[in-house]
Amino acid sequence: MSLIATLARLEAVSTGRAQPAATVRHRRLSERPLVFVPLTTAGEAGAPLGALVGTDRDAPRLLVVPQPRDRDLRFVFLAELADVVLPYVDAYAESVEAAERTEADPETGKRIKVEVDLCTDAPQLIVPSRAGVEFVRLLGRSMRFRRTAEQDPETPYPAPPRLPLLGRWLTHFGERARVPGSSLLLAMTDVLARHWSTGQSTLEDQHLGALLSWIDPPEGALGADAALRAELHRDAQGQLVCPPAGPATDPAFDNSLLAPAIERYDRARTALAAAEDGLQADDRLGILTAAERELSTLVESRTRPTWDAVWRGLDLLRALPEGSHVEERWTRDRWSFTAHRDRVLAGEPPQPRRDDAVTAANKLAAREREQARLDAQESLDDPLVMAGRRLAGEAFAGEVTDVVMAYSEGKRPSPRPLVTVRTDDRPHLGERARVYRALGGKPQAAEFVGQEDEGVLVLRIVDKMGRGKEPEPGSVPEKGDRLCFTLFEHEQRGGAKLPDPEDTPWTHGGPPGEATVPDPDPVTQEDVL
Amino acid sequence: MPPQRTRETALRHRLAELRGPDVPAKALDARALAALAANPGCRRRAILDGAGVNKTALASALGAPAAFGQSQFALTRGNAFEARVKSDGGAELLRLVHERLDRAAEPPSHAQVPDLTAIGPEGRTARTALALREATTAEGWTLLDHPMLALDVAGSPAFLEPDAVVVHPDGSWTVVEIKSFPMLDGSADPAKVGAAARQSAVYVLALEEVAARLEPAPRVRHHVLLVCPKDFSNLATASAVDIRKQRAVTARQLARLTRLQDIADTLPEDTCFAPELPPEKLTAAVEAVPATYAPECLSACELAFHCRERSRTADAVTALGRSVRAELGGLTTVEDVLAAARGEAGDPDDPAVAALRRAAELRAEALGSRQGATCH
Repeated sequence: MSLIATLARLEAVSTGRAQPAATVRHRRLSERPLVFVPLTTAGEAGAPLGALVGTDRDAPRLLVVPQPRDRDLRFVFLAELADVVLPYVDAYAESVEAAERTEADPETGKRIKVEVDLCTDAPQLIVPSRAGVEFVRLLGRSMRFRRTAEQDPETPYPAPPRLPLLGRWLTHFGERARVPGSSLLLAMTDVLARHWSTGQSTLEDQHLGALLSWIDPPEGALGADAALRAELHRDAQGQLVCPPAGPATDPAFDNSLLAPAIERYDRARTALAAAEDGLQADDRLGILTAAERELSTLVESRTRPTWDAVWRGLDLLRALPEGSHVEERWTRDRWSFTAHRDRVLAGEPPQPRRDDAVTAANKLAAREREQARLDAQESLDDPLVMAGRRLAGEAFAGEVTDVVMAYSEGKRPSPRPLVTVRTDDRPHLGERARVYRALGGKPQAAEFVGQEDEGVLVLRIVDKMGRGKEPEPGSVPEKGDRLCFTLFEHEQRGGAKLPDPEDTPWTHGGPPGEATVPDPDPVTQEDVL
Repeated sequence: MPPQRTRETALRHRLAELRGPDVPAKALDARALAALAANPGCRRRAILDGAGVNKTALASALGAPAAFGQSQFALTRGNAFEARVKSDGGAELLRLVHERLDRAAEPPSHAQVPDLTAIGPEGRTARTALALREATTAEGWTLLDHPMLALDVAGSPAFLEPDAVVVHPDGSWTVVEIKSFPMLDGSADPAKVGAAARQSAVYVLALEEVAARLEPAPRVRHHVLLVCPKDFSNLATASAVDIRKQRAVTARQLARLTRLQDIADTLPEDTCFAPELPPEKLTAAVEAVPATYAPECLSACELAFHCRERSRTADAVTALGRSVRAELGGLTTVEDVLAAARGEAGDPDDPAVAALRRAAELRAEALGSRQGATCH
């Protein structure tokens, strides 16, 4: 945590309200995000209990698995989830615009421009917390290798038709969420914590209810008190008033409400199966339906507060103006979405269980590059973030006190004006260090010449002044201008190119070989314990 | 009676007094030990755990109940999975130990599963030690199902019960930990694996104490076997986990634990932590022992909400995290820091104070005049 962020937290403690950690919004918020509030069954892997999902804050779709250990009921839940998620994704996959992309020509190996489709917008999934992002990944992993009866008539326990496809999409969302600065899948707690500093630790910030209590406390209440209430307050029945944002449920809820309800459901189901005639069956079906309804009410009672909290978080975030580089990063998300759409359309197999060496190295390099890009862009978009970089000596702001025209030596002298800047910052400048400032959205480079006096720096501007002898108007700073230079580059260059997968060296496992369709996970007759 | 023995008896009496009359001692398990070792400077936790105080009940009595609990679904599944792994004389479990840790040995076809039942934890510990000694010279595979081990913690014994210990044909011992979180495509949640490794490290330390009493001392393997469900199924898979680091850290932290005797000596004569006492009396008793609160306690200690409340009331900056304190130098309270940042207090030549003032200026500038020095 930088000292500025720490200071903001301390101010929050002192004032009882969260303090801004950003002056603009650094993430894209779709106009129509799909909010997903899942719950899972304690102890089981990939056994969802229920969820609220949808794009309309007033009408979420409630999905419930009355007996989470029943494979068929889980399939019903996932099929219903697919009915909500896939049409939402498809709507974005259909609308495209033409765009250019550089690709290596398969024959000559040269870099050429090709015209391709780019989806005009991309879907956006929003979950309450980081654990929700992991759950999306887990659901994706649990479904993408499933086989449907159509794919393989012999398969035991065939999955409903669209399940593997939903698994592939959720996997893609989960994978993309690991790229810094991406907005395809967002965890509400992470986004809120990025924009506000609360008076509690980062650990406690992962509780959505507590976090919102600091940012937007109820009338007349202090953040700390409201947060404590959100964390611990229980009603007369011993249930948390603000249920955890999931997917894990509160053990007290499991033990005193959920377990008896599931037991009643099981009993009703067994009784129905044992019914001897139609009349008895009708009666027992009524009991079963009532038991199901009871479970639905329970699941809704634990997800609805979180659902409302997520939308409240969206309201708060929408009130911030969007940072100017957010659109560019969102375009990268659109590329990622389009690329996956194309892979699905081309009939490629689902994402493998483990990436091969080249893919893994590429992913890692991409994440590092995106992290550097995000750091640079957030600083440029937001003076508060830049303040942190200035404090760290990675940037400096000041007033131009003198400009002296100078030229480079050589056959065709180019302008190399010397600019004197007075600053209160203490940048860590080495000899001839390069610094950059934004000029019309592009970085202009300068070289550090020397320090005249304490806080008086001389810089030599080296580019973006046109081709002529005289610099283009507006391209050289003037006396009295207030400028901000950074020691880090504004744009990120790609690293060294990795070999093609076929040329993977033996040290990294050698070529991955033929792409094979991965086997489904083995299933046992009773996959519940 | 030798003086050592008298001192131990005296301490045991003292701890029983602290716990309160007629309050049974809560046994320290490996999980609690691992958590205790994570915050070795906390005297409050050391004395409460050492005296066997039920911290859950204490926290409720103090009006700051813990948020822990176990769902019966998780419990059922955990037990069912463990039973499945150990069924059939532990055949599946031994196969996994052979495959992951000791391929050179003969396959485990006829394993011994000695009966370890005995009366009381001391009896079970003795029975386990006996079984271990016999198994070590048997030159075959032996599975000890839920053995009992004793470990000296800050001067009082803690009884530990690992899921299983396997004795290899070469006489070496392996700790087996069975968990119900899944191993997905060969990897599991690192946080959960870390917790399991810390827990196993405590068992390894306890086993080493048993081994040291044998002649020649058998080897306790520093790779434990973590058994988990494979992917989304109920089939078992396992992975060898190297716990040398966790073992070294835990051993060091346990050695650093302030002696319980020393803490007990600093307490007033009538201090008692019995949950039925009135809250103000309990609060005073708890306050008599200093705590070292950090946000990490929230996931490890039942008393954390109480300590957090106290820490906040005291305006301590550590309530925001341990790292916060590192960059603030000698300033330990929120108001001190803010006053220094505003320039109302503090020595401007102190680098921490100077950095704070600069940070406050920059922050105010960025928030105040958004049109000020921008890069566009």
